[in-house]
Amino acid sequence: MPDSTAAVSTSAHDDVHSPALLHHFATPEQQRNSASFGMWIFLGTEVMFFGGLFCAYLIYRRWYFADFAAASASIDVKMGAINTAVLICSSLTVVLAIWGAELRNRALMIGMLLLTMLFGLTFLGIKGIEYKQKFDEHHVPGASFNFEHEEVPSQPGHYANAYHAQIFFALYFIMTGLHALHMVVGLGIFTWLLIMAWKGRFTPEYHTPLEIGGLYWHFVDIVWIYLFPLLYLIDRHK
Amino acid sequence: MATATVPQIERENYLNKEYGIGSWLLTTDHKRIALLYLISITFFFFIGGFYALLIRLELLTPAGDLVQADTYNKIFTMHGQVMVFFFLIPSIPAVLGNFLIPIMVGAKDLAFPRINLLSWYIYIVAGILMMHCMLTGGVDTGWTFYTPFSTAFSNTKVIEAGLAIFVSGFSSILTGLNFVVTIHRMRAPGMTWSRLPLFVWSHYATSIIQILGTPVIAITLVLVVAERALHLGIFDPRLGGDPLLFQHLFWFYSHPAVYIMILPSMGVVSEIIPCFSRKRIFGYSFVALSSIAIAVFGFLVWAHHMFVAGISVYAALVFSILSYAVAVPSAVKVFNWTATLYKGSIHYDAPMLYAFGFVGLFTIGGLTGLFLSALGIDMHVHDTYFVIAHFHYIMVGGALMGYLGGMHFWWPKISGKLYPEGWARLAALVVFLGFNLTFFPQFILGYLGMPRRYHQYPPEFQVLNVLSTAGASVLAVGYLMPMIYFLWSMRYGKPAPNNPWNAAGLEWTIQSPPTTFNFPEQPVVTWEAYNYDEIDTGHKQEVQVAG
Repeated sequence: MPDSTAAVSTSAHDDVHSPALLHHFATPEQQRNSASFGMWIFLGTEVMFFGGLFCAYLIYRRWYFADFAAASASIDVKMGAINTAVLICSSLTVVLAIWGAELRNRALMIGMLLLTMLFGLTFLGIKGIEYKQKFDEHHVPGASFNFEHEEVPSQPGHYANAYHAQIFFALYFIMTGLHALHMVVGLGIFTWLLIMAWKGRFTPEYHTPLEIGGLYWHFVDIVWIYLFPLLYLIDRHK
Repeated sequence: MATATVPQIERENYLNKEYGIGSWLLTTDHKRIALLYLISITFFFFIGGFYALLIRLELLTPAGDLVQADTYNKIFTMHGQVMVFFFLIPSIPAVLGNFLIPIMVGAKDLAFPRINLLSWYIYIVAGILMMHCMLTGGVDTGWTFYTPFSTAFSNTKVIEAGLAIFVSGFSSILTGLNFVVTIHRMRAPGMTWSRLPLFVWSHYATSIIQILGTPVIAITLVLVVAERALHLGIFDPRLGGDPLLFQHLFWFYSHPAVYIMILPSMGVVSEIIPCFSRKRIFGYSFVALSSIAIAVFGFLVWAHHMFVAGISVYAALVFSILSYAVAVPSAVKVFNWTATLYKGSIHYDAPMLYAFGFVGLFTIGGLTGLFLSALGIDMHVHDTYFVIAHFHYIMVGGALMGYLGGMHFWWPKISGKLYPEGWARLAALVVFLGFNLTFFPQFILGYLGMPRRYHQYPPEFQVLNVLSTAGASVLAVGYLMPMIYFLWSMRYGKPAPNNPWNAAGLEWTIQSPPTTFNFPEQPVVTWEAYNYDEIDTGHKQEVQVAG
């Protein structure tokens, strides 16, 4: 985690009262610690939020492994892999943006924020294409869902149970959908960070919003790092 | 104890600093937000109470003659949902915790004042959604939303109720998050963990549950709503889904939620008993850490709600044993409170009467919980009025008694006015008698086999049901009394001194009502918690005060 303490240690014995220091905090350090601690706790709630879904997923995957493997084989692993790479790159650019703030390098900070948002939008675009494919294939759960005569991988002649495949797709859409919703929220946060950065609010001494926004972004990336193998790579090993 | 005299001219405080509706709706002052919560949860308490009244009226006679079966299903469902999610969960944390935690740790405000205000607005949005659900037909699934009834069969407003409770969860999460950060990061110099008031410790434990448990009910409700809207099959056995999975996810939050309700009450009682016994709390660290133990054990007992639902007998054994284990930290608290009373100089003021009521009723509620965690007895009394009586002893006899005790104890600090002590003692007595008359007969009814959630019953159960309904009427009077005299005291009550109880704790060292930033200067704590021996021998708490 980018918890860059080096740049902040100078601010403690600065007697200049920072304009960003809120009235109820004694020192900028206390404020910064509180903010990042608050974000870590929030991420704890997010772990439990997604945890409920992962729990449901793992139970059904164990029960209906063959059907889940067949359903998983129908989603496009290339797209998922590209998206994984895109998100990992975006985590790097977030860290570089914070580095830019610490170096007082405005161009680096703003450039990297823009690049992060570009990666985020790319991810959502690719995700949208994948959803469109599933929609065209009638793999969206509901009245028009159809998963008949789909073979189970590595078991020729065995067809997947459509009900069980529907549970896979239901969980697929809820898990990736909630993840995408978190990406949209993240883009909103980063738009705000970009405006703040543009106005010159972030300095080597004070860039807490960048740090905690970055924490959030990394978390959303990490959720995807788990979603990708769980949803895309069931029984792909030959 | 800066001053004991009451000044003639009202000093500037958080109540009179600004006037106008905008100064309340846009406030970030934790004390004003606490009052916003107080008004909101009182509103929902009376809504929930109204449904309780309808339940008791229907059960006055064996025949289902007041409402039809379907209506009755909606009434008990909305009684449960409103009372649990819109009154009990926010009650003590959002009102007393919000008001007191920053002051008790020696801070000017919670760590995130704007998030604190946001949590109230989220609560209000959730409340409006819930009201909308109730006014457009209500919901009949029971507060537990059991699938597949809720997802495939019920013809009522399940999605609306689910969304309302989903939204209210975020309010609860943000409150807990704010408390944890405040307790970790905002403590005054000298306010070490071992000097924290036990009220703060119990809220710390409560917040852990809110932070880690609430997101699970949120995702569960998302799945219920999606399943109901789209028939996905996640919880529907006809489509390969598992209804038990829903129950596991639901109770993973909803059992610990009971501790969200009771732990803050235990914190209140841990403040009141030392004050009115004039003694240091017995076994401070045991009381403090037992709160954490309850929070941790509380996450490991959920399946005791599912003993008859078809879980494996080995799982049931493990959950039964773990449910017994949670009784240990609870008993540690009760024994420590009792030991604090021993040889104390006991004063029978209204807060203490509520605290006594709490200890007794919580003990009964807790012990009957052990009956229910025993596999054999649970088979017999599962889904009967025995269960109803048990959890009302915890939630009403426990959580609500603590809430009322705390409201009386800190009312002089909150309002700056003294409530009428005689009326308050009478109200405490009425609540205690009314409560027992309402719910003790239900233990017997349940043991005799009267099931919950039916609007009619065999005639031989009528005597006990009439007793229960009579008790509910007494209880209603007991609840109305404090509301009337609290409101009365705001206008006509005597001005409260800074420390009317001669109590320990930072909140009693500042003026009543406090100023917006609580302390004139950063306080420095040099004394241990509950130093009643020092207070009563004239040793003053040294607080740095401006001027």
